[in-house]
Amino acid sequence: MFEDGTMINELLIERLNYFIYVVLLLIGLHAMISKRNLIKKLIGMSIFQTAIILFYVSIAVKDEATIPIYKAEHDPHGAASKAAALELNSTDEAKPLYAPAELQPEETPQYANPLPHVLMLTAIVVGVATLGLALALCLRIQQGYGTVEEDELLVKIERADARYSQSPLAKVTTPRRRPARRSRKPRTAAQAARTSPKSASSPKSTGPTQTKSSAPKTKTTQAVKKSAPATRKSVASSPKAANKKPAPKKSPGRKPAGKTSSPKKKGAE
Amino acid sequence: MKWISLVPVIAVGGLLLFAAQDFPEWGDPQSPASQSPVSSHFINNTGVDTEVPNMVTAVLADYRGFDTMFETVVVFIAGIAVLAILKGSGGRRRGARRTYEVEAEPDLIVTNTVRLVVPVIQLFAFYVLAHGHVSPGGGFQGGVVMGASFILIALAWDLDHALVRMTLPRCMAIAAAGIIIYGGIGFLSMFLGGEFLDYAELERVLPVSREMARYHAMLGVEVGVGFTVTSIMFALYANLSSEGRLKGGL
Repeated sequence: MFEDGTMINELLIERLNYFIYVVLLLIGLHAMISKRNLIKKLIGMSIFQTAIILFYVSIAVKDEATIPIYKAEHDPHGAASKAAALELNSTDEAKPLYAPAELQPEETPQYANPLPHVLMLTAIVVGVATLGLALALCLRIQQGYGTVEEDELLVKIERADARYSQSPLAKVTTPRRRPARRSRKPRTAAQAARTSPKSASSPKSTGPTQTKSSAPKTKTTQAVKKSAPATRKSVASSPKAANKKPAPKKSPGRKPAGKTSSPKKKGAE
Repeated sequence: MKWISLVPVIAVGGLLLFAAQDFPEWGDPQSPASQSPVSSHFINNTGVDTEVPNMVTAVLADYRGFDTMFETVVVFIAGIAVLAILKGSGGRRRGARRTYEVEAEPDLIVTNTVRLVVPVIQLFAFYVLAHGHVSPGGGFQGGVVMGASFILIALAWDLDHALVRMTLPRCMAIAAAGIIIYGGIGFLSMFLGGEFLDYAELERVLPVSREMARYHAMLGVEVGVGFTVTSIMFALYANLSSEGRLKGGL
């Protein structure tokens, strides 16, 4: 099985690094294609990247070679080059301190190939930076939609699109900037009570319907996001509602689009 | 349906393994990559051209300086993008603690250990940065070690504690300064008569030979890279660990 020339021998003995690189690459590729969780996709991407790095570093290896840093006898500031400079001094006027010499072609195999190391050095750092960027995007998606699962995200985005296309009125009356502006200043409970004493006292703000099951929850949080002006007061209306997680599960989101842009209807409910 | 994804994966794997049989053997000095004139030139001529013993640093900061400059810019842009994405996105939970977040005093043993270790780490970062010419190291590595020391402070106490020492505006200013140092050295060598990032022309302002001018300019460039990487690493951690709120522990 392991004799010369067989495929197993070629792959597992002589080219083990390339075999490992292919396996790592496949693990990363499979994770990126088949996993639905965005974080798992990112993990797959990192494994993929590691596979590429392993491939490059494997290419740089030479038998009997050392790291690409000059040994003492080739060091441009080492004793050897000083001795060479002393010899030169006997004839030369310029008196150089050092006389580094170009390596001969037969000395080249003493050092590993520096080029792949350079490429991977920068790739690692840039990989970390882009991974951080991807994680930031994931965080933002999680804040906006409450999930990083791809299939759930697609359903939610479709629903949001449908809501926008149904009612042109909703598009006009709900500027997208609203939620972001609200988040800028921290809203304390006292502030909230001052700005909306009416809705704070209203029984509506406790969110009477469907707080348990997860399917309505996804719908309603989405609707609350879109209907920012309508629910702005009521979200922060009571200190309890502002602090607790189930707070945004209000009744208006249950119903379709027209409702989202009418603050009065909400009070009438 | 998930098994369908195995089809392209196995197809790619088969192709790659098939190709892997034609790769050069492990450590073969006669492989095309080792025989290429470019890397042979780097190995043979780095000492004469730049007097830098570490070929990786020389190739990184001098021969491929343009590439490295824009790699640094990529790191900088990634940091700015993370800031732009997460800034003020905490929403209504801003300031409020989550259910899974617990209030805890920093541990005595941990904080005292970190107090002892952080100066050593930072000294080591400077060593790695400044000694990158003659031993493994350089701007990227030193910068990451330096950034890790700030992250360690944030882990041991909390984020506020680290942000006092390295506020986010200061972070971004240092990151921008790093790129300005790098680009400035490039432009300086251009105004002195060479090409962009042609460090040898710096001999006119430095009291050294052309080779040593390249040597010292590389150090300056690595310092710039180190600045950028340090502050971006910490800015990434600070923003990601607190979801852009920049307060509270992990």
